Amino acid sequence: MNTNKNRRVVVIGNGMVGYKFCEKLVAKEKNDQRFTLTVFGEEPRVAYDRVHLSAYFDGKTANDLTLAPQSWYADNGITLYLTDPVIDIDRERKEVRSHHGVVVPYDYLILATGSGAFVPPVAGVEKDGVFVYRTIEDLDLIQSYARKARKGAVLGGGLLGLEAAKALLDLGLDEAHVVEFAPRLMPRQIDDAGSGVLQRQLESLGLKIHLSKSTQEITGDDAITGMLFADGSRIDVDMLVISAGIRPRDELAKASGIETHPRGGILVDNFLQTSDPSIFAIGECAVAHHMIYGLVAPGYEMAEVVASRLIGEEKEFKPYDMSTKLKLIGTDVGSFGDPFASDCKTIVYENKAKGVYKRINISADGKELLGGILVGDAEQYNMLLQTCKNKTILPPDPEDLILGSRGGEEAGAGVMSLPDDALICSCEAVTKAMLCHEIGENGHTTVDALKKATKACTGCGGCTPMVKDIIQGVLKQKGVYVRNILCEHFDFTRQELLDLVKINSLKTFDAVVDKVGKGDGCEVCKPAVASILASLWNENILEKGRATIQDSNDRFLANIQKGGTYSVVPRIPGGEITPDKLIVIGQVAKKYGLYTKITGGQRIDLFGAHVGDLPVIWEELIAAGFESGHAYGKSLRTVKSCVGSTWCRFGVQDSVSFAIEVEERYKGIRSPHKLKSGVSGCIRECAEAQSKDFGIIATEKGWNLYIGGNGGSKPQHAQLLASDVDKETCIRYIDRFLMFYIKTADPLTRTATWLNKMDGGMNYLRAVVVDDVLQLADELEREMQLLVDTFKCEWKEAVENPALRARFAHFVNAPEQKDPTIQFDALRDQKRAKEWV
Amino acid sequence: MARAYARASSKSIDMETLTIHKDEITWQLACPTSHIPENGGACVLLGGRQIAIFNFTRRGEWYATENECPHRQQMALSRGMIGSQGDEPKVACPFHKKTFSLQSGECLNDDGYKIATFPIKVVDDMVYIGV
Repeated sequence: MNTNKNRRVVVIGNGMVGYKFCEKLVAKEKNDQRFTLTVFGEEPRVAYDRVHLSAYFDGKTANDLTLAPQSWYADNGITLYLTDPVIDIDRERKEVRSHHGVVVPYDYLILATGSGAFVPPVAGVEKDGVFVYRTIEDLDLIQSYARKARKGAVLGGGLLGLEAAKALLDLGLDEAHVVEFAPRLMPRQIDDAGSGVLQRQLESLGLKIHLSKSTQEITGDDAITGMLFADGSRIDVDMLVISAGIRPRDELAKASGIETHPRGGILVDNFLQTSDPSIFAIGECAVAHHMIYGLVAPGYEMAEVVASRLIGEEKEFKPYDMSTKLKLIGTDVGSFGDPFASDCKTIVYENKAKGVYKRINISADGKELLGGILVGDAEQYNMLLQTCKNKTILPPDPEDLILGSRGGEEAGAGVMSLPDDALICSCEAVTKAMLCHEIGENGHTTVDALKKATKACTGCGGCTPMVKDIIQGVLKQKGVYVRNILCEHFDFTRQELLDLVKINSLKTFDAVVDKVGKGDGCEVCKPAVASILASLWNENILEKGRATIQDSNDRFLANIQKGGTYSVVPRIPGGEITPDKLIVIGQVAKKYGLYTKITGGQRIDLFGAHVGDLPVIWEELIAAGFESGHAYGKSLRTVKSCVGSTWCRFGVQDSVSFAIEVEERYKGIRSPHKLKSGVSGCIRECAEAQSKDFGIIATEKGWNLYIGGNGGSKPQHAQLLASDVDKETCIRYIDRFLMFYIKTADPLTRTATWLNKMDGGMNYLRAVVVDDVLQLADELEREMQLLVDTFKCEWKEAVENPALRARFAHFVNAPEQKDPTIQFDALRDQKRAKEWV
Repeated sequence: MARAYARASSKSIDMETLTIHKDEITWQLACPTSHIPENGGACVLLGGRQIAIFNFTRRGEWYATENECPHRQQMALSRGMIGSQGDEPKVACPFHKKTFSLQSGECLNDDGYKIATFPIKVVDDMVYIGV
């Protein structure tokens, strides 16, 4: 190949693989060997991450999914035409012509036209409400249609289909159906038993699964109203997303006389050359080794092969491993090597209660791993994949591979036993040796640093856990003991630091850093130490130099909001408030021009307070009997309650009184993260106690205590700690649980995450809190009682202490003057912060 | 040259440096030292401009920067936590924790942002800013 003269390269298609080709070619270019690159894309936007398309419904924007901004193309001298597909290739003259009439000559032409959705020939596919799941535009259409739809279905129970079904759930449809022609889900990746486990997991999340269903007709007049199947059954749906496979985009190649496969796809040889030697095909439009590679990793490898060949390197595209691991609606699924191998030994582990299925196929001589399937728990995927790929000799008890070693081998040791050339990141072809070199020789000891140095973890992200293990493994080999230390100033975990602060009776940040730290602290360790000091000694957080180590909100005992004003939340225990107190809140809000809103925690938030007004606002609130609500602190926020047996005809206990008691007990206590609680008066659970860090639900006989629940971005239900206990026992358990959490959790770790990471999980925690196996209960209760007994309203102290009060001013040299840059806009008879730019 | 002035010792003022650049700087009285919390900052209004002053007691150093964080144009840097990264003194914006060197004004965790720093000196428990 004469690479010195032939330098005009045209790429048709700006998808993931087309982009990757440009990236690779630009990286390989040498000074004496520059290419002129022109790219044509059919879609209106630059190449984006189609693998994580469903993240678009989780709040990711089109921009977040973009692989490289439009400026990247210009910066690298690439001419990019978007919304302009190539419609003609003149192979004689070696030039392409686009829809808009752009004619560009080429020396090499790269077809990266990808694939479209395969739409089966079913009557009624043209109806309104029937969509495909392929591009961001498809997603926009689905999203807008879903607003008026209640029931949706996905045709196709494969990998993409299940992603699409998750999208329907995310869009808030009441019913989401999955219709699959085959007798199992993900028929290419998993077997019947694995499919059964996956199906039960998905059904428990509200998906309705229909297998062995041949769709005969999509019914409805103009818009879809249902689906009719060959067996006579039917379902009613208002929308349908078709995800029944892909159809390679080979129409342009075909029209230009390039050889294609009878069932679709552009035929290429081992060098990805088509029947025209100047034309290559890569990605999902190409048929290589008799198949279409519908995953991104082999597509990237194809881009690598062609880019290498253009600069004159010998490289060949070899049959590519189609192993895959993904998280489907919270369930891990992995499939590697030959998942369906016959004529071999098969080891199967199934745990129906936990929804876990694992299968490995072992060669008849017992020496080699041929492939396998993981559903529900794919933690061992990377290890198994590497064992399979590298033909590692198996241990005498190969079941250890899926059951985990029961000999107490340390985490990370497994990955370190892999050969150096083991491919860890298959998207970017990064080997174990490359990672070890970067970690050991170049000091890149974090995932972020390795991303920059090697590009590992930047594709599908599936290798991240393994990369983390390698970091730990290399550091351990070098004799570095790896712990989750706070930051550069403290070589301790939060738990260790708390013990040190306690033993040494340290009470200020300077004392702590002088005694056990180094440097001057930072925005990571200062709030962590502030929280530890407060949890141990419960002294006013603004005194003795502690004000300036508090995080933004704690420092001014209020929540900083857009524009620099603060919001004020008085405590309203259990959500119970007298009319007189409500009137005071209204009067204060009016007087100081505050926007008012009811919070999710049954309180009232007053927004838009100038920092200088905070003390006078609180003076008035305190005079009316209010206390700080600690909405600004990593501390107890609210104990939400339903009205319970005092009014409700279903209530079995007085939930409001108990909620107030609990809130009064734990108010103001600083912890590693915020704490939320709730008390429900009966099993109907109107206070949503099971979504709280600790939640209490009334029973006929007493109270059930749940712990470790969480709302937020990763919601998690609380787990039952004790049932039918009386109030006193319930409080004792909460004392122990909270104090144990306060003493052992990492900074900014909610109870749910803390519990998830705990060795032994809920069973261990119950053993500590209920059964007192560590004999800590008395100490924990005593420590909690100290915090309860030393509570003081910090706003009352701030208002009454002139030195503290003086700090609430925007300009210290003009304390009466407000920040003139603060601006508001009017909104529904109130105001809002001016939008920032 | 402002960089040389972004730092001044509260204990002994470098008179030599002061003399050399005397004619270039106009010193303005900002506030008494007691108005700025130890190991923290506060904002002063000087000639219509908002200046953040930091009293880095641990290091015996004073710093002055503009009060506006360039990330979202919020007047809040004076309320940020100060600290160090290696030897570099820094402040973290309370809004999104962008951190800036108190010496150079460079953003330490996001390229492309920078804040202005000002000369500062302390004489007889009064803080002066060179604007």
